Amino acid sequence: MHATLPAHRPSLTGFLPVWQRNFLVWRKLALPSILGNLADPLIYMLGLGYGLGAMLPSVDGQPYVAFLAAGTVCASTMNAATFEALYSAFSRMHVQKTWDAILNTPLGLADVVAGELFWAATKSLFSGAAILVVITAMGLTNGPLMLWALPAIVLTGLAFAALGLIWNALAPSYDFFMYYFTLFITPMTLISGVFFPTDQLPGWLAAIGGWLPLAQGVALVRPLLAGQVPADALMHIMALLATTGVAFAIALHLTRRRLLK
Amino acid sequence: MAALDVRNLRKAYGDQEVVAGLSFAVDSGTCFGLLGPNGAGKTTTLRLCLGLTAPAGGDITLNGHAIPAAAQLARARVGVVPQFDNLDPDFTCAENLLVFGRYFGMADSDIRRHIPQLLDFAGLAGKADARIATLSGGMKRRLTLARALINDPDIVFLDEPTTGLDPQARHLIWDRLKQLKSAGKTLILTTHFMDEAERLCDTLIVIDHGRKIAEGSPRALIAEYIEPQVVEVFDEARGQLTPFVERHRLLCERVETSGETAFFYCRDPRPLLAALAEAEGLRYVHRASNLEDVFIKLTGRELRD
Repeated sequence: MHATLPAHRPSLTGFLPVWQRNFLVWRKLALPSILGNLADPLIYMLGLGYGLGAMLPSVDGQPYVAFLAAGTVCASTMNAATFEALYSAFSRMHVQKTWDAILNTPLGLADVVAGELFWAATKSLFSGAAILVVITAMGLTNGPLMLWALPAIVLTGLAFAALGLIWNALAPSYDFFMYYFTLFITPMTLISGVFFPTDQLPGWLAAIGGWLPLAQGVALVRPLLAGQVPADALMHIMALLATTGVAFAIALHLTRRRLLK
Repeated sequence: MAALDVRNLRKAYGDQEVVAGLSFAVDSGTCFGLLGPNGAGKTTTLRLCLGLTAPAGGDITLNGHAIPAAAQLARARVGVVPQFDNLDPDFTCAENLLVFGRYFGMADSDIRRHIPQLLDFAGLAGKADARIATLSGGMKRRLTLARALINDPDIVFLDEPTTGLDPQARHLIWDRLKQLKSAGKTLILTTHFMDEAERLCDTLIVIDHGRKIAEGSPRALIAEYIEPQVVEVFDEARGQLTPFVERHRLLCERVETSGETAFFYCRDPRPLLAALAEAEGLRYVHRASNLEDVFIKLTGRELRD
Protein backbone atom coordinates (compact mmCIF):
# COMPACT_ATOMS: atom_id res chain seq x y z
CA MET A 1 0.00 0.00 0.00
CA HIS A 2 1.46 3.35 -1.01
CA ALA A 3 0.23 6.13 1.17
CA THR A 4 1.66 9.56 0.56
CA LEU A 5 2.55 12.36 2.89
CA PRO A 6 0.64 15.59 2.50
CA ALA A 7 2.37 18.52 0.88
CA HIS A 8 3.60 20.58 3.76
CA ARG A 9 3.25 24.19 4.76
CA PRO A 10 4.81 26.15 1.94
CA SER A 11 7.65 28.21 3.33
CA LEU A 12 9.70 30.55 1.23
CA THR A 13 12.50 30.84 3.77
CA GLY A 14 12.67 27.23 5.02
CA PHE A 15 15.63 26.54 2.75
CA LEU A 16 17.69 29.31 4.35
CA PRO A 17 18.99 27.52 7.48
CA VAL A 18 19.96 24.55 5.28
CA TRP A 19 21.86 26.87 2.95
CA GLN A 20 23.46 28.57 5.98
CA ARG A 21 24.63 25.22 7.33
CA ASN A 22 26.44 24.41 4.09
CA PHE A 23 27.86 27.90 3.88
CA LEU A 24 29.27 27.60 7.42
CA VAL A 25 31.04 24.36 6.49
CA TRP A 26 32.38 25.90 3.29
CA ARG A 27 33.65 28.97 5.12
CA LYS A 28 35.90 26.77 7.22
CA LEU A 29 37.56 25.41 4.09
CA ALA A 30 37.04 28.37 1.77
CA LEU A 31 40.58 29.10 0.63
CA PRO A 32 41.58 25.58 -0.48
CA SER A 33 38.13 25.21 -2.00
CA ILE A 34 38.43 28.35 -4.12
CA LEU A 35 42.00 27.56 -5.19
CA GLY A 36 40.98 24.02 -6.11
CA ASN A 37 38.03 25.23 -8.12
CA LEU A 38 40.14 27.79 -9.90
CA ALA A 39 43.36 25.97 -10.67
CA ASP A 40 42.12 23.12 -12.83
CA PRO A 41 39.97 25.07 -15.30
CA LEU A 42 42.59 27.82 -15.58
CA ILE A 43 45.35 25.37 -16.41
CA TYR A 44 43.21 23.92 -19.18
CA MET A 45 42.17 27.31 -20.43
CA LEU A 46 45.67 28.72 -20.53
CA GLY A 47 47.22 25.57 -21.94
CA LEU A 48 44.67 25.06 -24.69
CA GLY A 49 43.91 28.73 -25.19
CA TYR A 50 47.47 29.86 -25.85
CA GLY A 51 48.94 26.55 -27.02
CA LEU A 52 46.18 25.59 -29.40
CA GLY A 53 45.13 29.20 -29.98
CA ALA A 54 48.56 30.03 -31.42
CA MET A 55 47.82 27.67 -34.30
CA LEU A 56 44.32 29.02 -34.92
CA PRO A 57 43.05 32.10 -36.66
CA SER A 58 40.46 34.03 -34.67
CA VAL A 59 37.39 32.00 -33.73
CA ASP A 60 33.99 33.63 -34.23
CA GLY A 61 35.74 36.96 -34.53
CA GLN A 62 37.76 36.75 -31.30
CA PRO A 63 41.11 35.26 -30.23
CA TYR A 64 40.72 31.57 -29.39
CA VAL A 65 41.77 32.13 -25.78
CA ALA A 66 38.95 34.65 -25.28
CA PHE A 67 36.51 32.28 -26.97
CA LEU A 68 37.64 29.48 -24.68
CA ALA A 69 37.55 31.72 -21.60
CA ALA A 70 33.79 32.17 -21.94
CA GLY A 71 33.34 28.43 -22.39
CA THR A 72 35.52 27.79 -19.34
CA VAL A 73 33.38 30.06 -17.16
CA CYS A 74 30.29 28.05 -18.11
CA ALA A 75 31.93 24.63 -17.84
CA SER A 76 33.34 25.52 -14.38
CA THR A 77 29.94 26.74 -13.29
CA MET A 78 28.40 23.49 -14.45
CA ASN A 79 31.07 21.38 -12.79
CA ALA A 80 30.89 23.19 -9.46
CA ALA A 81 27.09 22.87 -9.27
CA THR A 82 27.22 19.25 -10.40
CA PHE A 83 29.90 18.17 -7.91
CA GLU A 84 28.04 19.83 -5.07
CA ALA A 85 24.67 18.33 -6.01
CA LEU A 86 26.17 14.87 -6.48
CA TYR A 87 29.08 14.10 -4.18
CA SER A 88 28.55 16.67 -1.44
CA ALA A 89 24.77 16.36 -1.27
CA PHE A 90 25.11 12.58 -1.28
CA SER A 91 27.50 12.76 1.69
CA ARG A 92 25.01 14.82 3.62
CA MET A 93 22.00 12.75 2.59
CA HIS A 94 23.36 9.22 2.68
CA VAL A 95 26.63 9.09 4.59
CA GLN A 96 26.40 11.69 7.35
CA LYS A 97 22.59 11.53 7.55
CA THR A 98 22.52 15.30 7.93
CA TRP A 99 19.22 15.41 6.04
CA ASP A 100 17.67 12.92 8.46
CA ALA A 101 18.64 15.16 11.36
CA ILE A 102 17.08 18.18 9.66
CA LEU A 103 13.88 16.27 8.91
CA ASN A 104 13.36 15.79 12.66
CA THR A 105 12.89 19.57 12.94
CA PRO A 106 9.98 21.65 11.62
CA LEU A 107 11.67 21.80 8.22
CA GLY A 108 10.38 19.55 5.46
CA LEU A 109 12.10 17.73 2.63
CA ALA A 110 11.25 20.54 0.18
CA ASP A 111 13.24 22.92 2.41
CA VAL A 112 16.21 20.55 2.50
CA VAL A 113 16.31 19.91 -1.25
CA ALA A 114 15.75 23.62 -2.02
CA GLY A 115 18.55 24.48 0.42
CA GLU A 116 20.86 22.11 -1.46
CA LEU A 117 19.74 23.53 -4.81
CA PHE A 118 20.51 27.11 -3.82
CA TRP A 119 23.73 26.09 -2.11
CA ALA A 120 25.01 24.23 -5.18
CA ALA A 121 24.11 27.26 -7.30
CA THR A 122 25.99 29.45 -4.82
CA LYS A 123 29.07 27.26 -5.13
CA SER A 124 28.84 27.51 -8.89
CA LEU A 125 28.61 31.28 -8.61
CA PHE A 126 31.79 31.35 -6.50
CA SER A 127 33.52 29.20 -9.06
CA GLY A 128 32.29 31.04 -12.15
CA ALA A 129 32.93 34.46 -10.60
CA ALA A 130 36.48 33.51 -9.58
CA ILE A 131 37.29 32.58 -13.18
CA LEU A 132 35.60 35.74 -14.37
CA VAL A 133 37.89 37.81 -12.13
CA VAL A 134 41.00 36.09 -13.44
CA ILE A 135 40.11 36.36 -17.12
CA THR A 136 39.07 39.98 -16.68
CA ALA A 137 42.45 40.69 -15.07
CA MET A 138 44.03 39.02 -18.10
CA GLY A 139 42.12 41.38 -20.39
CA LEU A 140 40.00 38.63 -21.96
CA THR A 141 36.69 40.41 -21.33
CA ASN A 142 35.38 43.54 -22.93
CA GLY A 143 33.45 46.21 -21.08
CA PRO A 144 31.02 46.39 -18.13
CA LEU A 145 28.37 44.29 -19.87
CA MET A 146 30.35 41.29 -18.65
CA LEU A 147 28.92 41.88 -15.14
CA TRP A 148 25.64 40.51 -16.52
CA ALA A 149 27.44 37.18 -16.81
CA LEU A 150 27.02 36.81 -13.04
CA PRO A 151 23.23 36.27 -13.16
CA ALA A 152 23.74 34.04 -16.19
CA ILE A 153 26.17 31.97 -14.12
CA VAL A 154 23.57 31.69 -11.34
CA LEU A 155 20.92 30.47 -13.80
CA THR A 156 23.30 27.94 -15.29
CA GLY A 157 24.30 26.79 -11.80
CA LEU A 158 20.67 26.39 -10.72
CA ALA A 159 19.87 24.24 -13.75
CA PHE A 160 22.82 21.91 -13.16
CA ALA A 161 22.20 21.78 -9.43
CA ALA A 162 18.62 20.66 -10.04
CA LEU A 163 19.70 18.09 -12.64
CA GLY A 164 22.39 16.76 -10.29
CA LEU A 165 19.89 16.40 -7.46
CA ILE A 166 17.82 14.04 -9.62
CA TRP A 167 20.82 11.77 -10.04
CA ASN A 168 21.62 12.11 -6.35
CA ALA A 169 18.13 10.88 -5.43
CA LEU A 170 18.70 7.75 -7.52
CA ALA A 171 22.29 6.99 -6.47
CA PRO A 172 23.04 3.81 -4.52
CA SER A 173 26.67 4.88 -4.00
CA TYR A 174 29.33 7.38 -5.09
CA ASP A 175 30.32 5.11 -7.99
CA PHE A 176 26.99 5.84 -9.63
CA PHE A 177 28.02 9.45 -10.28
CA MET A 178 30.69 8.43 -12.77
CA TYR A 179 27.92 7.46 -15.20
CA TYR A 180 26.45 10.92 -14.94
CA PHE A 181 29.76 12.41 -16.04
CA THR A 182 30.55 9.93 -18.80
CA LEU A 183 27.01 9.74 -20.19
CA PHE A 184 25.86 13.33 -19.76
CA ILE A 185 28.37 15.95 -18.61
CA THR A 186 31.37 15.07 -20.77
CA PRO A 187 29.51 14.62 -24.09
CA MET A 188 27.51 17.76 -23.38
CA THR A 189 30.67 19.75 -22.75
CA LEU A 190 31.93 18.73 -26.19
CA ILE A 191 28.79 19.67 -28.13
CA SER A 192 27.78 22.86 -26.32
CA GLY A 193 30.33 25.21 -27.79
CA VAL A 194 32.73 25.29 -24.86
CA PHE A 195 35.89 24.35 -26.78
CA PHE A 196 34.88 25.07 -30.36
CA PRO A 197 31.92 26.62 -32.21
CA THR A 198 29.09 24.15 -32.71
CA ASP A 199 28.94 24.83 -36.45
CA GLN A 200 31.92 22.46 -36.66
CA LEU A 201 29.55 19.64 -35.69
CA PRO A 202 27.18 17.69 -37.94
CA GLY A 203 23.91 19.62 -38.05
CA TRP A 204 21.85 17.11 -36.05
CA LEU A 205 24.45 16.96 -33.26
CA ALA A 206 24.71 20.76 -33.11
CA ALA A 207 20.90 20.89 -32.90
CA ILE A 208 20.87 18.50 -29.93
CA GLY A 209 23.67 20.46 -28.30
CA GLY A 210 21.76 23.70 -28.72
CA TRP A 211 18.94 22.35 -26.55
CA LEU A 212 21.20 21.37 -23.66
CA PRO A 213 21.49 23.66 -20.65
CA LEU A 214 25.23 24.18 -20.99
CA ALA A 215 24.73 25.61 -24.48
CA GLN A 216 22.07 27.98 -23.07
CA GLY A 217 24.60 29.23 -20.54
CA VAL A 218 27.31 29.62 -23.18
CA ALA A 219 24.90 31.50 -25.46
CA LEU A 220 24.38 34.04 -22.69
CA VAL A 221 27.89 34.31 -21.24
CA ARG A 222 30.05 34.43 -24.38
CA PRO A 223 28.48 37.56 -25.95
CA LEU A 224 28.34 39.29 -22.55
CA LEU A 225 32.06 38.79 -22.00
CA ALA A 226 32.71 40.14 -25.48
CA GLY A 227 30.67 43.23 -24.65
CA GLN A 228 27.56 42.32 -26.68
CA VAL A 229 23.94 41.74 -25.76
CA PRO A 230 23.16 38.02 -26.36
CA ALA A 231 20.75 37.18 -29.13
CA ASP A 232 17.54 35.48 -27.95
CA ALA A 233 18.54 36.17 -24.34
CA LEU A 234 15.00 35.75 -23.03
CA MET A 235 14.66 32.34 -24.64
CA HIS A 236 17.89 31.10 -23.06
CA ILE A 237 16.90 32.50 -19.67
CA MET A 238 13.49 30.84 -19.85
CA ALA A 239 15.07 27.56 -20.94
CA LEU A 240 17.42 27.56 -17.93
CA LEU A 241 14.61 28.49 -15.54
CA ALA A 242 12.34 25.81 -16.98
CA THR A 243 15.11 23.20 -16.67
CA THR A 244 15.61 24.23 -13.05
CA GLY A 245 11.90 24.08 -12.21
CA VAL A 246 11.16 20.76 -13.85
CA ALA A 247 14.36 19.08 -12.66
CA PHE A 248 13.81 20.31 -9.11
CA ALA A 249 10.26 18.92 -9.06
CA ILE A 250 11.52 15.55 -10.29
CA ALA A 251 14.41 15.56 -7.80
CA LEU A 252 12.06 16.38 -4.91
CA HIS A 253 9.65 13.65 -5.91
CA LEU A 254 12.40 11.04 -6.20
CA THR A 255 14.05 12.10 -2.94
CA ARG A 256 10.71 11.92 -1.15
CA ARG A 257 10.26 8.40 -2.45
CA ARG A 258 13.73 7.51 -1.26
CA LEU A 259 13.77 9.03 2.24
CA LEU A 260 10.16 9.27 3.41
CA LYS A 261 8.91 5.85 2.37
CA MET B 1 -4.51 15.84 27.07
CA ALA B 2 -2.40 12.99 25.81
CA ALA B 3 0.98 14.06 24.48
CA LEU B 4 0.72 11.35 21.86
CA ASP B 5 -2.34 9.39 20.85
CA VAL B 6 -2.09 6.57 18.34
CA ARG B 7 -5.16 4.71 17.11
CA ASN B 8 -5.20 1.62 14.97
CA LEU B 9 -1.97 2.55 13.18
CA ARG B 10 -0.97 0.55 10.12
CA LYS B 11 2.05 0.57 7.83
CA ALA B 12 3.12 -1.96 5.24
CA TYR B 13 6.19 -2.32 3.03
CA GLY B 14 5.21 -4.47 0.08
CA ASP B 15 3.34 -7.46 1.44
CA GLN B 16 4.85 -7.13 4.87
CA GLU B 17 2.79 -5.34 7.47
CA VAL B 18 5.35 -3.67 9.75
CA VAL B 19 2.81 -1.91 11.98
CA ALA B 20 -0.43 -3.86 12.21
CA GLY B 21 -3.16 -2.00 14.03
CA LEU B 22 -1.24 -0.39 16.89
CA SER B 23 -3.01 1.77 19.50
CA PHE B 24 -1.55 3.50 22.54
CA ALA B 25 -1.60 6.82 24.35
CA VAL B 26 1.15 8.68 26.21
CA ASP B 27 0.19 11.01 29.06
CA SER B 28 1.91 14.37 29.25
CA GLY B 29 4.85 14.49 31.63
CA THR B 30 5.41 10.74 31.72
CA CYS B 31 8.07 8.47 30.32
CA PHE B 32 6.70 5.95 27.85
CA GLY B 33 8.60 2.91 26.60
CA LEU B 34 8.19 1.22 23.24
CA LEU B 35 9.77 -2.21 23.59
CA GLY B 36 10.13 -5.07 21.20
CA PRO B 37 12.70 -7.33 19.55
CA ASN B 38 14.61 -6.25 16.44
CA GLY B 39 12.26 -5.81 13.53
CA ALA B 40 9.19 -5.48 15.74
CA GLY B 41 8.30 -2.11 14.20
CA LYS B 42 9.62 0.29 16.86
CA THR B 43 11.58 2.66 14.64
CA THR B 44 8.85 2.65 11.98
CA THR B 45 6.32 3.56 14.68
CA LEU B 46 8.50 6.49 15.79
CA ARG B 47 8.90 7.67 12.19
CA LEU B 48 5.13 7.50 11.71
CA CYS B 49 4.55 9.51 14.89
CA LEU B 50 6.95 12.21 13.65
CA GLY B 51 5.23 12.37 10.27
CA LEU B 52 8.32 11.13 8.40
CA THR B 53 6.39 8.46 6.59
CA ALA B 54 2.72 8.15 5.72
CA PRO B 55 0.60 5.54 7.51
CA ALA B 56 -1.53 3.11 5.53
CA GLY B 57 -4.26 3.59 8.11
CA GLY B 58 -5.07 4.89 11.56
CA ASP B 59 -4.86 8.21 13.40
CA ILE B 60 -1.97 9.93 15.18
CA THR B 61 -2.25 13.05 17.32
CA LEU B 62 1.05 14.51 18.53
CA ASN B 63 0.89 17.41 20.95
CA GLY B 64 -2.61 18.22 19.71
CA HIS B 65 -1.70 18.13 16.02
CA ALA B 66 -2.91 15.56 13.50
CA ILE B 67 0.00 13.63 11.99
CA PRO B 68 1.13 13.62 9.22
CA ALA B 69 -1.08 16.56 8.10
CA ALA B 70 0.38 19.02 10.65
CA ALA B 71 3.66 17.21 11.33
CA GLN B 72 5.92 20.22 10.71
CA LEU B 73 3.90 22.27 13.17
CA ALA B 74 3.99 19.47 15.74
CA ARG B 75 7.75 18.96 15.34
CA ALA B 76 8.38 22.55 16.39
CA ARG B 77 7.68 21.44 19.99
CA VAL B 78 9.40 18.05 19.74
CA GLY B 79 12.99 16.90 20.18
CA VAL B 80 14.44 13.74 18.65
CA VAL B 81 17.45 11.66 19.67
CA PRO B 82 17.88 9.29 16.71
CA GLN B 83 19.20 5.76 16.97
CA PHE B 84 22.41 6.61 15.14
CA ASP B 85 24.25 9.85 15.85
CA ASN B 86 24.01 12.24 12.94
CA LEU B 87 25.91 15.17 14.40
CA ASP B 88 27.64 17.44 11.91
CA PRO B 89 31.26 16.22 11.80
CA ASP B 90 32.51 19.50 10.30
CA PHE B 91 31.33 21.54 13.27
CA THR B 92 32.25 22.03 16.89
CA CYS B 93 29.80 21.18 19.67
CA ALA B 94 28.55 24.77 19.89
CA GLU B 95 28.22 25.07 16.11
CA ASN B 96 26.18 21.89 16.00
CA LEU B 97 23.71 23.43 18.44
CA LEU B 98 23.69 26.79 16.65
CA VAL B 99 22.99 25.29 13.23
CA PHE B 100 20.32 23.01 14.65
CA GLY B 101 18.52 25.84 16.45
CA ARG B 102 18.27 27.69 13.14
CA TYR B 103 16.25 24.79 11.72
CA PHE B 104 13.62 25.70 14.32
CA GLY B 105 13.61 29.31 13.17
CA MET B 106 15.35 30.51 16.34
CA ALA B 107 17.39 33.71 16.27
CA ASP B 108 21.17 33.26 16.63
CA SER B 109 21.26 35.39 19.79
CA ASP B 110 18.52 33.25 21.34
CA ILE B 111 20.34 30.02 20.48
CA ARG B 112 23.71 31.34 21.72
CA ARG B 113 22.11 32.19 25.05
CA HIS B 114 20.97 28.57 25.48
CA ILE B 115 24.17 26.85 24.36
CA PRO B 116 26.16 27.08 27.64
CA GLN B 117 23.36 25.65 29.78
CA LEU B 118 22.67 22.87 27.27
CA LEU B 119 26.33 21.88 27.15
CA ASP B 120 26.40 22.00 30.93
CA PHE B 121 23.32 19.78 31.15
CA ALA B 122 24.98 17.28 28.81
CA GLY B 123 28.17 17.23 30.87
CA LEU B 124 30.04 18.95 28.05
CA ALA B 125 30.89 22.23 29.74
CA GLY B 126 34.22 23.39 28.31
CA LYS B 127 33.69 21.40 25.11
CA ALA B 128 31.97 24.19 23.19
CA ASP B 129 34.83 24.44 20.70
CA ALA B 130 35.70 20.75 20.56
CA ARG B 131 35.33 19.02 17.20
CA ILE B 132 32.95 16.08 16.96
CA ALA B 133 35.74 13.69 15.97
CA THR B 134 37.45 14.29 19.32
CA LEU B 135 34.39 13.24 21.37
CA SER B 136 33.86 9.78 22.87
CA GLY B 137 30.74 7.78 22.02
CA GLY B 138 29.11 8.83 25.28
CA MET B 139 29.89 12.50 24.67
CA LYS B 140 28.41 12.35 21.17
CA ARG B 141 25.27 10.78 22.57
CA ARG B 142 25.00 13.51 25.18
CA LEU B 143 25.53 16.21 22.58
CA THR B 144 22.77 14.62 20.51
CA LEU B 145 20.54 14.84 23.58
CA ALA B 146 21.49 18.50 24.08
CA ARG B 147 20.75 19.14 20.40
CA ALA B 148 17.29 17.58 20.79
CA LEU B 149 16.60 20.08 23.58
CA ILE B 150 17.62 23.23 21.68
CA ASN B 151 13.98 24.22 21.08
CA ASP B 152 12.96 23.47 24.70
CA PRO B 153 10.57 20.76 23.47
CA ASP B 154 7.48 19.45 25.28
CA ILE B 155 8.05 15.93 23.99
CA VAL B 156 11.36 14.14 23.43
CA PHE B 157 11.61 11.01 21.29
CA LEU B 158 14.62 8.80 22.05
CA ASP B 159 15.40 5.85 19.79
CA GLU B 160 17.70 3.51 21.75
CA PRO B 161 19.42 6.37 23.59
CA THR B 162 22.05 4.28 25.39
CA THR B 163 22.91 1.57 22.86
CA GLY B 164 26.69 1.18 22.63
CA LEU B 165 27.49 3.19 25.76
CA ASP B 166 29.54 2.11 28.77
CA PRO B 167 27.81 1.86 32.17
CA GLN B 168 29.00 5.28 33.34
CA ALA B 169 27.69 6.96 30.23
CA ARG B 170 24.38 5.10 30.46
CA HIS B 171 23.88 6.17 34.06
CA LEU B 172 24.54 9.79 33.16
CA ILE B 173 21.98 9.66 30.35
CA TRP B 174 19.44 8.03 32.68
CA ASP B 175 20.03 10.72 35.25
CA ARG B 176 19.46 13.44 32.66
CA LEU B 177 16.31 11.79 31.36
CA LYS B 178 14.93 11.69 34.90
CA GLN B 179 15.71 15.39 35.25
CA LEU B 180 13.84 16.11 32.02
CA LYS B 181 10.83 14.20 33.29
CA SER B 182 10.91 16.15 36.56
CA ALA B 183 10.92 19.30 34.46
CA GLY B 184 7.59 18.18 33.02
CA LYS B 185 8.70 16.88 29.65
CA THR B 186 7.17 13.84 28.03
CA LEU B 187 9.69 11.15 27.07
CA ILE B 188 9.01 8.49 24.47
CA LEU B 189 11.77 5.94 24.17
CA THR B 190 12.57 2.69 22.49
CA THR B 191 15.15 0.43 24.04
CA HIS B 192 16.50 -3.12 24.09
CA PHE B 193 17.65 -2.74 27.66
CA MET B 194 14.99 -3.95 30.04
CA ASP B 195 16.74 -2.49 33.06
CA GLU B 196 16.62 0.89 31.30
CA ALA B 197 12.89 0.59 30.66
CA GLU B 198 12.30 -0.61 34.21
CA ARG B 199 14.17 2.37 35.66
CA LEU B 200 12.76 5.09 33.45
CA CYS B 201 9.33 4.19 32.13
CA ASP B 202 6.06 4.93 33.86
CA THR B 203 4.24 2.86 31.29
CA LEU B 204 5.39 0.81 28.38
CA ILE B 205 4.09 -1.39 25.65
CA VAL B 206 5.75 -4.46 24.19
CA ILE B 207 5.22 -4.88 20.48
CA ASP B 208 6.07 -7.76 18.19
CA HIS B 209 5.32 -8.12 14.47
CA GLY B 210 3.77 -4.65 14.59
CA ARG B 211 1.20 -5.60 17.22
CA LYS B 212 0.91 -4.68 20.87
CA ILE B 213 1.28 -7.77 23.02
CA ALA B 214 1.43 -6.20 26.50
CA GLU B 215 0.89 -2.83 28.15
CA GLY B 216 1.32 -1.47 31.65
CA SER B 217 3.80 -0.16 34.20
CA PRO B 218 6.98 -2.25 34.59
CA ARG B 219 5.83 -3.44 38.03
CA ALA B 220 2.35 -4.33 36.85
CA LEU B 221 3.74 -6.26 33.89
CA ILE B 222 6.10 -8.23 36.10
CA ALA B 223 3.25 -9.02 38.53
CA GLU B 224 0.92 -9.97 35.71
CA TYR B 225 3.18 -12.17 33.62
CA ILE B 226 5.91 -13.59 35.82
CA GLU B 227 6.34 -15.44 39.10
CA PRO B 228 8.07 -13.12 41.58
CA GLN B 229 11.27 -15.16 42.07
CA VAL B 230 13.76 -16.57 39.62
CA VAL B 231 16.51 -19.09 40.24
CA GLU B 232 18.97 -19.45 37.39
CA VAL B 233 20.87 -22.73 37.55
CA PHE B 234 24.10 -23.18 35.55
CA ASP B 235 25.73 -26.48 34.64
CA GLU B 236 29.32 -26.50 35.87
CA ALA B 237 30.20 -30.16 35.37
CA ARG B 238 28.33 -30.93 32.15
CA GLY B 239 25.46 -33.37 32.25
CA GLN B 240 24.29 -32.45 35.73
CA LEU B 241 21.66 -29.93 34.71
CA THR B 242 19.18 -32.09 32.78
CA PRO B 243 18.74 -34.72 35.52
CA PHE B 244 18.41 -31.96 38.13
CA VAL B 245 15.71 -30.20 36.09
CA GLU B 246 13.85 -33.49 35.55
CA ARG B 247 13.91 -34.32 39.24
CA HIS B 248 12.97 -30.89 40.60
CA ARG B 249 10.69 -29.53 37.88
CA LEU B 250 7.69 -29.59 40.18
CA LEU B 251 9.29 -27.47 42.90
CA CYS B 252 8.56 -24.39 40.78
CA GLU B 253 5.69 -23.03 38.75
CA ARG B 254 7.64 -22.93 35.50
CA VAL B 255 11.07 -24.00 34.18
CA GLU B 256 12.77 -22.93 30.96
CA THR B 257 16.07 -24.34 29.76
CA SER B 258 18.32 -22.43 27.40
CA GLY B 259 21.70 -23.99 26.62
CA GLU B 260 23.58 -24.62 29.83
CA THR B 261 21.18 -22.61 31.99
CA ALA B 262 17.80 -23.46 33.52
CA PHE B 263 15.45 -20.70 34.66
CA PHE B 264 13.12 -21.72 37.52
CA TYR B 265 10.25 -19.26 37.97
CA CYS B 266 8.76 -19.64 41.47
CA ARG B 267 6.46 -18.12 44.04
CA ASP B 268 8.36 -19.86 46.86
CA PRO B 269 11.96 -20.73 46.00
CA ARG B 270 12.86 -22.31 49.36
CA PRO B 271 12.36 -26.01 48.42
CA LEU B 272 14.38 -25.50 45.23
CA LEU B 273 17.17 -23.68 47.06
CA ALA B 274 17.31 -26.54 49.57
CA ALA B 275 17.63 -29.03 46.71
CA LEU B 276 20.37 -26.92 45.11
CA ALA B 277 22.32 -26.87 48.37
CA GLU B 278 22.56 -30.67 48.07
CA ALA B 279 23.31 -30.79 44.34
CA GLU B 280 26.80 -31.27 42.90
CA GLY B 281 28.25 -29.56 39.86
CA LEU B 282 25.68 -26.80 39.66
CA ARG B 283 25.94 -23.12 40.34
CA TYR B 284 22.96 -20.84 40.78
CA VAL B 285 21.75 -17.26 41.16
CA HIS B 286 18.60 -16.39 43.04
CA ARG B 287 17.00 -13.06 42.15
CA ALA B 288 13.72 -11.19 41.91
CA SER B 289 12.05 -11.45 38.54
CA ASN B 290 12.37 -8.45 36.25
CA LEU B 291 11.15 -6.95 33.03
CA GLU B 292 13.58 -8.98 30.96
CA ASP B 293 11.84 -12.15 32.14
CA VAL B 294 8.53 -10.68 31.00
CA PHE B 295 10.03 -9.68 27.66
CA ILE B 296 11.51 -13.13 27.05
CA LYS B 297 8.28 -14.82 28.04
CA LEU B 298 6.28 -12.66 25.67
CA THR B 299 8.61 -12.66 22.69
CA GLY B 300 10.43 -15.99 23.07
CA ARG B 301 14.08 -16.91 23.49
CA GLU B 302 14.99 -17.44 19.87
CA LEU B 303 17.20 -14.88 18.14
CA ARG B 304 15.68 -12.08 16.07
CA ASP B 305 17.66 -10.44 13.33
